[in-house]
Amino acid sequence: MWKDFVDNLIYNTLNLDGHFADALNFFIYDTIKIWFLLISIIFVVSYLRTHFNTEYVRAYLQNKSQFTGNVLAALFGIITPFCSCSAIPLFLGFIQARIPIGVTFSFLISSPLNNEIAIALLFGIFGWKVTAIYIGFGLLIAIFGGYFIGKMNMEKYILMDVKPMEGELDEVKISLTFRQRSREAWEYTVDIFKKIYIYVMIGVGIGAFIHGYIPSDFIASYAGANNPFAVIIAVLMGIPMYSNAAGVMPLVEVLTSKGMLLGTALSFMMAVTALSLPEAMILKKILHVKLITLFFGIVGFGIICIGYIFNTIL
Amino acid sequence: MKIEILGTSCAKCKQLEENAKLAIAKIGGFHSIEKIDDIMKIMEYNVVSTPGLVVDGKVLSTGKLLNPQEIIDLIQ
Repeated sequence: MWKDFVDNLIYNTLNLDGHFADALNFFIYDTIKIWFLLISIIFVVSYLRTHFNTEYVRAYLQNKSQFTGNVLAALFGIITPFCSCSAIPLFLGFIQARIPIGVTFSFLISSPLNNEIAIALLFGIFGWKVTAIYIGFGLLIAIFGGYFIGKMNMEKYILMDVKPMEGELDEVKISLTFRQRSREAWEYTVDIFKKIYIYVMIGVGIGAFIHGYIPSDFIASYAGANNPFAVIIAVLMGIPMYSNAAGVMPLVEVLTSKGMLLGTALSFMMAVTALSLPEAMILKKILHVKLITLFFGIVGFGIICIGYIFNTIL
Repeated sequence: MKIEILGTSCAKCKQLEENAKLAIAKIGGFHSIEKIDDIMKIMEYNVVSTPGLVVDGKVLSTGKLLNPQEIIDLIQ
């Protein structure tokens, strides 16, 4: 419906054709579509989120057994917000509550990986199937990544002494009315949207240019099936791009339509969200470099495996 | 009232401190505002997501950048 409207506007009302018309059509269609989906999905996620905060998650995870804890932590990671500036209190607070570091890492991996912006963009660009696969594999990485880190006895690499608390934390539910929750969710949505709408435009803009002007085989020859290292390169390129996830993903859409394999695209997007340099720099204050390297290594390895599995089976 | 803002040096935490000052200026009276950077002190309040807002030793909000009006609603 929206597609027909834009087609009609560009080709009939404005009477344009050629590469420029295609690029413009793509730009208008995609920008508005992604904006719309971003707003609706972020709103839904942040509404759900008004029921849980990180303090609640911590109380809930206390005294859960090793593997169950990893699974629950990864699941909670989907709905809880994550800001890398909170990484230190989160990490230390979890240790304080005697939550094993493996479980903490499951949460630390899942929370940025399954963030609402990434989910909204994936859904808007690739549809629900790819989104479900992304979340599913993302959870696997978070669960098993955390589980393996937990198995390696890395406690000695935490550079700060935290006294474990005694007793149990109360799971304090947040009591708000429907109106308050909606208002809070809406304010949060507007806030996020204001921060990222421009990146979506830039990403779609570059995408529109590629869409209209660059031939398909150009990208396929660099990032397509012929390049066995495509996944690894994609992951390495994704690491410094965290803050620009909103701009990067529309670009990935175009790259896949021009011959980049979907597994490579998924790996790239996971690397963008899960492996963030600023977060590593912040964690360096409380964690030994060895532990951070292990964290990045395991997550990076998991993402690369997923990329190759995907490229092989699809 | 004794208002404490919990948070290490992140942008949201600084903004919350500013907003708290604006809120106090609006309601008037004598109140102290203190920014708590020490991570150990933050943990004593059982807060794991910053910024946090504490009034007279009671945690009123965590992990959220509140605007001045929201702060006024919470502390009154």
